Amino acid sequence: MSILVTDAGFGPDDWTRGFDGAAALELAPETDPATLEIAPEVEMIRIHFPSFADGRGFTLARLLRLRGYKGRLRAEGHVISDQYAMARRAGFDEVEISDDLAARQPEEDWRFRSNWQQHDYQSRLRG
Amino acid sequence: MYRYTEFDTAFLAERNRQFRAQVERRISGALTEDEFKPLRLMNGLYLQLHAYMLRVAIPYGTLNGAQMDRLALLAEKWDKGYGHFTTRQNIQYNWPKLSDVPDMLDALAEVGLHAIQTSGNTIRNVTADHFAGAAADEIADPRPVAELLRQWSTDHPEFQFLPRKFKIAVTGSPNDRAVIKAHDIGIQIVQRDGRIGYRILVGGGLGRTPMIGKELAEFVPLPDLLPYVEATVSVWNLLGRRDNKYKARIKITVHEHGIDEIRDLVETRFAETKAAFNGADLELFDEIAAQFLPPAFRNAPAEAYDRAYESDPVFRAWADTNLSAHKAPGYAIAQISLKPHGQTPGDASAAQMRVMADIARRFGHDELRISHEQNVVLPHVHKSDLPQVHAILKAHGLGTANIGKISDIIACPGMDYCALATARSIPIAQEIATRFDALKIEHEIGDLKIKISGCINACGHHHVGHIGILGLDRAGVENYQITLGGDATETAALGERTGPGFPADEIVPAIERIVEAYLEHRESREESFLQAYRRLGMAPFKTALYGAETGKKAKAA
Repeated sequence: MSILVTDAGFGPDDWTRGFDGAAALELAPETDPATLEIAPEVEMIRIHFPSFADGRGFTLARLLRLRGYKGRLRAEGHVISDQYAMARRAGFDEVEISDDLAARQPEEDWRFRSNWQQHDYQSRLRG
Repeated sequence: MYRYTEFDTAFLAERNRQFRAQVERRISGALTEDEFKPLRLMNGLYLQLHAYMLRVAIPYGTLNGAQMDRLALLAEKWDKGYGHFTTRQNIQYNWPKLSDVPDMLDALAEVGLHAIQTSGNTIRNVTADHFAGAAADEIADPRPVAELLRQWSTDHPEFQFLPRKFKIAVTGSPNDRAVIKAHDIGIQIVQRDGRIGYRILVGGGLGRTPMIGKELAEFVPLPDLLPYVEATVSVWNLLGRRDNKYKARIKITVHEHGIDEIRDLVETRFAETKAAFNGADLELFDEIAAQFLPPAFRNAPAEAYDRAYESDPVFRAWADTNLSAHKAPGYAIAQISLKPHGQTPGDASAAQMRVMADIARRFGHDELRISHEQNVVLPHVHKSDLPQVHAILKAHGLGTANIGKISDIIACPGMDYCALATARSIPIAQEIATRFDALKIEHEIGDLKIKISGCINACGHHHVGHIGILGLDRAGVENYQITLGGDATETAALGERTGPGFPADEIVPAIERIVEAYLEHRESREESFLQAYRRLGMAPFKTALYGAETGKKAKAA
């Protein structure tokens, strides 16, 4: 099982259509942005984080948003609560973590960073 | 100077609150040491040989008296009474306790200082020419751009977990004092048809694979600057190697893919990043630039300076070596050497920091700079005040007249502090300085930059020293390799190895032989060591180091 983290805190995964069909897309961190094309029927993209130290997913998320993707965008894997604000600012809507990680980094740690819209240099620089 | 806005102040308070919680979560076990490590690093906290080390940023090397006083307070209250200024315009405290660090950061925040992104796989403290805003040869002050980049890179959501560290340096002068060619991105302010723009270099760096930066863009106008730099880091974040940390820096990415391919990728990415900026950054830049206007310079006679220069040989020697041309009439840029012969290069005691802060307030428009050469700069001093400034400096062990000379050595902390080091650097620097001081030929030798690293990571910039010294470990014994002909300026070059290295007790005599060869072969006093090396090549120096046979072979080759 896994836990879905949003600004509201922990919750169950409410995406019920799986990741095999045309509505969802899974991306590995090594995805080449030059070949990345998003079909119009895609409503959910899940980017995998093999390690919290691998920051490629943040740039992929940002590029998807810059290219106009408006659907759900999820970071999945080894993401720690200290990265929640980065994930949200980069364009992710939510983070999917394992029960183990959730047990070690409880909901309050993630909520501590739910003020990600404040104190953000990027939003100042971009008006 | 830049004054923190309410936004900056609130940001820093929040950041420190987060770090305090991270320290608590590490202690409770909520964070593993693996997870805590990048978090403490991006807040400037290293684990060194003996203890934690806190690296505090001096953004683009600029600080005021109150900030210097605060650095002194930290040294006294939480360290052993001194701090160490580094080659990247930071100050390091070598003995803090983990539990004290959040309080240290709060104390820094009260005067607008921080340790954010002084370490870790992030965009590091943006450095700039230490003569910024004062130099006679400047096209524009690089600090507004450096501050804009500081704000842009601080907590940038995409770039906190990069393949490796990323260093940016800015110069506003064609005479490069910021070593921009040895940075991941080097920015040079240029002028074209009366317009200011930015020449962008990429892929420079020292370390175990030294590279000179290559030109990525000839002229980027201000509105494109942030999106262009962002595109460059974005391309590297995805393309840079994560399989081998020794091949992760952008210099390797540029080397493996070629500058033309990297440029194409950056240009394509730029079309995307540019769309996300709407001009708010330009308004912010104007607000920042307005805070870097020159101080109200005095128009006063400089006779006191002339009198002291004529009558006091100690002052004259200091003035000849430690002063540089200022853009305002009657003013000078004065460097305070943190390299007294026989001492640790770059160290200053709390008392000395307070003296420098006080001089800045009384005589220097409340401005100080930290140079990458590990000295302190008073950027704006009226010449008539210099005799008094010099007298105070001299009384506090800060009057050494050796800027740019053989004892003005850059040295990394080496094995005395650093967990990575393979040899000692500080004692070698001390011995060289003491030896040439005893020979009384330092001023006869003229400009000569020695740079010493205690391992191949090259924190002491040995590759770009006129004489570079690299300390290695050879089967448990320290061995020092020498390179000659390195250059850290706009004519940047990497030094060439002379040949086999020398053990610790032979390195100082070896340096002496190199210097003797230079004095013997130079055409005149006007020909500097570097110029002589470029004319003569390696041969006479090889002969001096290893004997006539080896020298002849070098000549034939």
